[in-house]
Amino acid sequence: MATVEHSVSGAASASPDRDAPVEILPVRALPVVGVIVAALIAAIGTNSRWALDFFHVAGGGIWTALDLFLGFVLGPILGRLSIPARVELTKKLMPKLVLIIPVLVTMTLAAGFQLARYNGMLDTSFPRHAWVVASFAVVGVMAVIAIGLLEPANIAVLFELRKPQPNPAVIEKLMRRFIFTAGITGAMQIGTLVIMTRLAS
Amino acid sequence: MSGPEQEAWANRKVPPVTGLWMLSLALIAGGVSYLAAYLPKRAPLGPAVGLLAASAIVLAVGVVLLARQRQFAWQRFRQVAGWTFLAYVVIAGMIEYAFIYDHTHGAVLVVMTLMLFVFMLAPPLLVGFTVARFQHTS
Repeated sequence: MATVEHSVSGAASASPDRDAPVEILPVRALPVVGVIVAALIAAIGTNSRWALDFFHVAGGGIWTALDLFLGFVLGPILGRLSIPARVELTKKLMPKLVLIIPVLVTMTLAAGFQLARYNGMLDTSFPRHAWVVASFAVVGVMAVIAIGLLEPANIAVLFELRKPQPNPAVIEKLMRRFIFTAGITGAMQIGTLVIMTRLAS
Repeated sequence: MSGPEQEAWANRKVPPVTGLWMLSLALIAGGVSYLAAYLPKRAPLGPAVGLLAASAIVLAVGVVLLARQRQFAWQRFRQVAGWTFLAYVVIAGMIEYAFIYDHTHGAVLVVMTLMLFVFMLAPPLLVGFTVARFQHTS
């Protein structure tokens, strides 16, 4: 692959902003995360039907759209960019995703489980209980992919970008893995949407 | 490093611990889904205990395979896995609290807690390994 011979550091020195070290965790965004998690805990604690619906539906919708966008829109675009441009985009995008994806997943799953409990859907006597169990299986597979491949790739690419001379081959390998797994989980979310709409109708 | 050397470094062979630890997580996910499918009734615990034992064995095999590596960035592995472990201790603590709050007790609580313990170990190992495998040791 000839493209990996492009200089990464050369392209990254055009502005002072580009020389700044890559942030693994965007600390400034942590208060926002804290507020969202606190509101989620309050929704679960009070069994507020509207709040649980909001966190589950809004979280699930944004999570699905983001995964599909990363896997099927941004992924192919990223693959056609030059190596320096790819690195530059990765530097800006990945620290944000370290927070956004886990927060969306927590919102969707925690509110969803509580909603199912509140509505009696977890009970084996629920007429469509098999669909609930199917959703457990789909979520289980997505969780294993996300915890085993997606999130580690996200963190590893940020560590690589912090090096004085990042290895473009490592970045490309990790980004391919990240985008591919985001696409898979996005596609599996379509299955979840089918299950959820069956349960809700 | 030149282009081909960078490529070779990115693709060097490592023990298949990512696959093993993902399998360990999948077995735990299967066990939890199995127990949850019976709620609020109590599921027969045999299959769940089998899945838990298989998961713990697969996790341990991965740890042994990794521990035999000489050329590995152990310091970076410990740093990343340590911080991730801290995050997962908090997550596991909240889940355990939810178990107790929901009146889970007896053998089911023991099995769920042990599953949670394995679940708490696998992600830090996965993140630590994925970061450290691309770090130079010297």
